[in-house]
Amino acid sequence: MADEVVLLDFWPSMFGMRVRIALAEKGIKYEYKEEDLRNKSPLLLEMSPIHKKIPVFIHNGKPVCESLIIVQYIDEVWKDKCPLLPTDPYQRAHSRFWADFVDKKVYEVSRKVWATNGEEKKAGKKEFIEIFKILEGELGDKPYYGGETFGFVDLSLIPFYSWFYAIETLGEFNLEAECPKIVAWAKRCLQKETVAKTLPDQKKVYEFVGQTRKRFGLE
Amino acid sequence: MAKNDVKLLGAWPSPFVLRARVALNIKSVKYEFLEETMAPKSELLLQSNPVYKKIPVLIHGDKPICESQVIVQYIDEAWTSGPSILPSDPCDRAIHRFWAVYLDETWFPTMKGLLAVQGEERKPLMDQLSEGIVLLEEAFGKCSKGKAFFGGDGIGFLDIVFGCFLGWLRVSEKITGLKLLDEAKTPRLVKWAESFCADAAVKGIMPETNKLLEFARALAAKMREAPPKN
Repeated sequence: MADEVVLLDFWPSMFGMRVRIALAEKGIKYEYKEEDLRNKSPLLLEMSPIHKKIPVFIHNGKPVCESLIIVQYIDEVWKDKCPLLPTDPYQRAHSRFWADFVDKKVYEVSRKVWATNGEEKKAGKKEFIEIFKILEGELGDKPYYGGETFGFVDLSLIPFYSWFYAIETLGEFNLEAECPKIVAWAKRCLQKETVAKTLPDQKKVYEFVGQTRKRFGLE
Repeated sequence: MAKNDVKLLGAWPSPFVLRARVALNIKSVKYEFLEETMAPKSELLLQSNPVYKKIPVLIHGDKPICESQVIVQYIDEAWTSGPSILPSDPCDRAIHRFWAVYLDETWFPTMKGLLAVQGEERKPLMDQLSEGIVLLEEAFGKCSKGKAFFGGDGIGFLDIVFGCFLGWLRVSEKITGLKLLDEAKTPRLVKWAESFCADAAVKGIMPETNKLLEFARALAAKMREAPPKN
């Protein structure tokens, strides 16, 4: 029986990108449905009744929500190809910890730069660099967070790369100067076809952020 | 494995620490419990959790594992003899994880918020908690499939994540007068709460509600005196 796989998503969402990369890594065919977040579809509201958020992964009619939960689900169901999590329990715990750190910290701190002005933005920029310095420390000299290969933590963080240009421009700083290893890591990840084909163009994201800022009355 | 190969840094009032203890008990793992005073934080805590400097921290051999949900999953995967904590089906696992995230990111922060305010400010938070518990009652119906726990016959991941909040749930009920676990509205969860607290892995380590209440009142008094910090 062929699997029916649908992804409800929104093109600039870093969370949606995680799922798209995971699906590409596993070579899974799926139907992509773009959501208009200001006019959510009945399907989205039915499949994600609690939070009404994307991404929502629908496998044979059953929804899975929350991007990292979706990625783990994909890894567990399509377990024979391209494992995204390591096999060793301690390494798995380590990966889950850092993916959770990305979830807890990176979106919020990014928002503090692109969705604010003035003093708030200045403080946000400082925090953003601090968070990325922690992430840089954890990466160390490894090619990927997963060690020799792209893994769960890499997947959870790399989508934010598509937002870097917007954040650097609005925050008036250069991430490569502050966190060179992070930028080198990001470029390494972008050499993977699955990542390069998934991540939207940084300038497109910047335009989107500009439009959103106008709507919020920030411009 | 020798008892001192497994250490848990924790504090008795913490529901997150309790999760790790329940999981270790389910797996019959002997461990050394190191009670942290949290003021000041011990060198061991600062070294083993430099990112958050929070408890619980599980130290297995010389390897620290942090964040309670990560710890519980680690315990499940590192000790494979003994009952499984995560369900075996990926769909069920995703459902347990979803509600675990909901509890930690939405429901419990609302409860903490409720305990930090007075009077009129409480009403909207109480409403949110009541709505949330109805969602959890429905989730229980779907997950348990007629059995005693979210995990089925035995305690599972979501039972641990939610069950360890029961002490603080009861404290909130006492402080605010709000009835969250109610025979009329959440009959299944009322029964589940009894079963959870009576389970061998939980009984004896679940803090007494009165002790937690005393602790909560002392903490609230301290917070009212201290200047607010972000």
